[in-house]
Amino acid sequence: MLKEGEIRIPAGCAISGVIDRSGKRMSGECMIKSIATMHDRSNGLGGGFAGYGIYPDFKDFYALHLFYDDTLCQAETESYLKKHFEIAYCSAIQTRKMKSITNEPIIFRYFVSPLPRKLESSHLDEQEYVEKCVMHVNVEIKGAYVFSSGKNMGIFKAVGYPEDVGEFYRLEEYAGYAWTCHGRYPTNTPGWWGGAHPFGLLNYSIVHNGEISSYDANRRYIEMFGYKCTLKTDTEVITYIFDYLLRKQKLTLREAAHVVAASFWSTIETQEPEQRDQEILLRRMFPSLLITGPFSIILGYENGLMALNDRLKLRSMVVAEKGDKAYMASEECAIRVIEPELDKIYAPAGGEPVIFELKGENVQ
Amino acid sequence: MKRIYVNEQWCLGCHLCEYECAFANSNLKEMYHLKGKSIFPKIHVEDAADGIHYAVNCRHCQEAICVKSCIAGALSRDENGMVVIDQNKCVGCYTCVLVCPFGAVMPAEGGKVAQKCELCTKNACGTPNCVAHCPNNAIVFEDRG
Amino acid sequence: MSDIFIYPEYEVVRDRDACIGCRVCERQCANEVHRYDEVLGRMVADSTKCVNCHRCVCLCPTHALKIKKSEDCYRDNANWDYQTVNEVYRQANSGGVLLSSMGNPKPFPIYWDKILINASQVTNPPIDPLREPMETTVYLGKHNNEIERDGNGRIKNNLAPQLKLKVPVMFSAMSYGSISYNAHESLARAASELGTFYNTGEGGLHKDFYRYGANTIVQVASGRFGVYKDYLDAGAAIEIKMGQGAKPGIGGHLPGKKISASVSETRMTPQGIDAISPAPHHDIYSIEDLRQLIYSLKEATGYKKPVIVKIAAVHNCAAIASGIARSGADIIAIDGFRGGTGAAPTRIRDNVGIPIELALASIDGRLRHEGIRNNVSLIVGGSIRSAADVVKAIALGADACYIATAAVLAMGCHLCRTCNQGKCNWGIATQQPDLVKRLNPDIASKRLVNLVSAWNHEIQEIMGGMGINSIEALRGNRLMLRGVGLNETELKILGIRHAGESL
Repeated sequence: MLKEGEIRIPAGCAISGVIDRSGKRMSGECMIKSIATMHDRSNGLGGGFAGYGIYPDFKDFYALHLFYDDTLCQAETESYLKKHFEIAYCSAIQTRKMKSITNEPIIFRYFVSPLPRKLESSHLDEQEYVEKCVMHVNVEIKGAYVFSSGKNMGIFKAVGYPEDVGEFYRLEEYAGYAWTCHGRYPTNTPGWWGGAHPFGLLNYSIVHNGEISSYDANRRYIEMFGYKCTLKTDTEVITYIFDYLLRKQKLTLREAAHVVAASFWSTIETQEPEQRDQEILLRRMFPSLLITGPFSIILGYENGLMALNDRLKLRSMVVAEKGDKAYMASEECAIRVIEPELDKIYAPAGGEPVIFELKGENVQ
Repeated sequence: MKRIYVNEQWCLGCHLCEYECAFANSNLKEMYHLKGKSIFPKIHVEDAADGIHYAVNCRHCQEAICVKSCIAGALSRDENGMVVIDQNKCVGCYTCVLVCPFGAVMPAEGGKVAQKCELCTKNACGTPNCVAHCPNNAIVFEDRG
Repeated sequence: MSDIFIYPEYEVVRDRDACIGCRVCERQCANEVHRYDEVLGRMVADSTKCVNCHRCVCLCPTHALKIKKSEDCYRDNANWDYQTVNEVYRQANSGGVLLSSMGNPKPFPIYWDKILINASQVTNPPIDPLREPMETTVYLGKHNNEIERDGNGRIKNNLAPQLKLKVPVMFSAMSYGSISYNAHESLARAASELGTFYNTGEGGLHKDFYRYGANTIVQVASGRFGVYKDYLDAGAAIEIKMGQGAKPGIGGHLPGKKISASVSETRMTPQGIDAISPAPHHDIYSIEDLRQLIYSLKEATGYKKPVIVKIAAVHNCAAIASGIARSGADIIAIDGFRGGTGAAPTRIRDNVGIPIELALASIDGRLRHEGIRNNVSLIVGGSIRSAADVVKAIALGADACYIATAAVLAMGCHLCRTCNQGKCNWGIATQQPDLVKRLNPDIASKRLVNLVSAWNHEIQEIMGGMGINSIEALRGNRLMLRGVGLNETELKILGIRHAGESL
């Protein structure tokens, strides 16, 4: 059977996310509880979490999380990392032995910052440099896979039910101001740890439920800009699209949302001239980054979370608020289970981005 | 009222309208039953030497001279303005044939009475058959006031 | 010396019971096949003159006529087939180059027919175009934008000029001269109504049609026929024709008898004298020269119009396209070897160039590989026969398609492939006034609109089935395609998997 990346695997899923806009940190337990409620939306072939604000002691270092198939590729990777980065701290990621989580690879974490001389001679900005190095490891070193590479954030994922994955990674010991999580329901896969979600690149992480029909159009376009879609998953390509639009093209979140979930031409025609012109322009500029087919995603980034549905809203998604806390999930039950009393709860329209950001002095 | 108009620009001189007219008014079931028969269409294509073709049939004139000249009261204008002929009254004097400036009234098969285009209102077609079958939309059925 | 008689390839068959002797066949045949025989007292036909255009068959009111392949044959010979032998006789008779019209009719593989399209089941819902928006609008031109913002933070419109198409199908180049005034008017009117474009070809633009300029692509070809400032200004885009799929490597030849007074005025060439466009542009002997022409045309029109460069699909077209994409062109049009023509040497038409499917796949792949796919849009033509071909072409990587053979078929053409004789019984490929008037633009433009609208409905249905609701998300989406009965090399060039292979 082919591994993730050698074959494209359609999957249905559950997603959930929470953010405390005051910047107060909460443990990963609430997310485990939330995703466990949607147990039926996963089938035990993948689960994962992303936490923001979890590494305050190393917040100026890129936190690289890696899977290794064996010590050989670990040695190769580490020698590559040493050549390109100053490694402030490295260790195996602490896990809890569990019956339901098997076949675990070697899981390591490195806090790194680029070697100044190397960075300078690369003529790249720092983020681009890190991105290039991550791509190098993932494409060139067989058996090694970087699955998290942001600052003061981390992704934790595995093959299994998401609630078990959370326990496995001892997420109750981490505290972050924002969390997202994902339970996967792939239609066929032997299950590979790297194939689980969230998918991350630098500070961006994506959890996604859906199966996009525009996949290959998006993939072949985005690969022109140095990205390599090695996993062949929707989440991977969606992450690269956001990275490209937000970080490289410097679009705002709302503008990026209007590219990937563009308003229909018929809707655009009815808009006020100012908005109409900008939306037409975005569609004309990035036609190949329009994503069609069902998706609901939560994009995590250093300052907050964005929930977005495809423009026909072919996947369920609800968002809610309670004080400074904001919630988003595939199903209402996943929110109610962690916060029964809500200030408001609603289902955003297809293509309507919902953005919750840190407030005031907490902005990163 | 709706009348048949011909646009010379598009008339190809194929003469199909004559056969379609003859068939429409023949009570025959199949067009190929016309085989071996002479036809007596109420529309005629005039072909000029310089490549101009023009299908001609009754204009249903406001001041229809054929109606005025009919000695038997066979020709009249109906309530819609269409010029009609009652062949039971027609005595076959052919005054109408002689006076029509367009040559749009002619002797019917057998030569006993006159005939003219009555916009296929009296046959099974209901709408003008020459219009329906003109291959180039040269013959149209329109109300031009 | 008398010619060796060649038995006609097709015979006119008349049902004597059904023929009513109305003589419409006789009046409508410019080749004088039919006549009324006084001695026999019935209609007869001379099949040696018949080109098999089906005009008589279509107009016969009793359906008494049909055309049959003749049964005449030579001794069976797999190598020297009937047609090959006859072509030798023809050349021995005349000493001339054989001429043909329309596209390559030889049995080369048709890759469109070996590609199958995907549809959604269970994991991803198909979309119903009758109930949900299904977008087929496409903008052609450069998309390699750099985001700039104004003082208020709004994104500035710094895009190069683009063409907006409501349907991903345009009418490709057919010159006034090769086709008739009425055919041109029909295409222009249909393009306006459909929100797409037609193309003047290399014959200039008749003054009457300047009013359709917003839907016109004006062509600049090697003969520069009809090219002057007003002409360039009249169109919405300018196309430089470097080559044509039906006859790569050679120019055009419009026989003098097709150059009427009006054609002569429009083309700016003498009446009644053959108009021959050279094989190369004599100011373009290399890629850097092309760049100069592109910018001359842009300069002349104030950088307001996209410039298209049209090339024939030849062996090295991917590298050529890559060069063009770096030369300032906004759009590249690729014309496959099955594309039509008003006249081409038979040997060239049947043996030069490559299939559009392979050319498109390799050009799109090459441009993406080099990261310059955004520099240009791709239009493909050269036998796009149906909505399915359009969908497959877009999924392989095209932005839009050109159709011409399908368009003339819609107007009545029956592919008799004798356009070069100038006696088109359907009023399309002729300048003879009595024949031209057979094509009423009221009818022909309506038929063109019907055809493209019907295709658009089909495109929407197929897209909806795939769960795609915008043509933009279909472009280059090769995972939606599978090959059937193709070998490894073919699949590799097309960049698709074989049917039965999973995602």
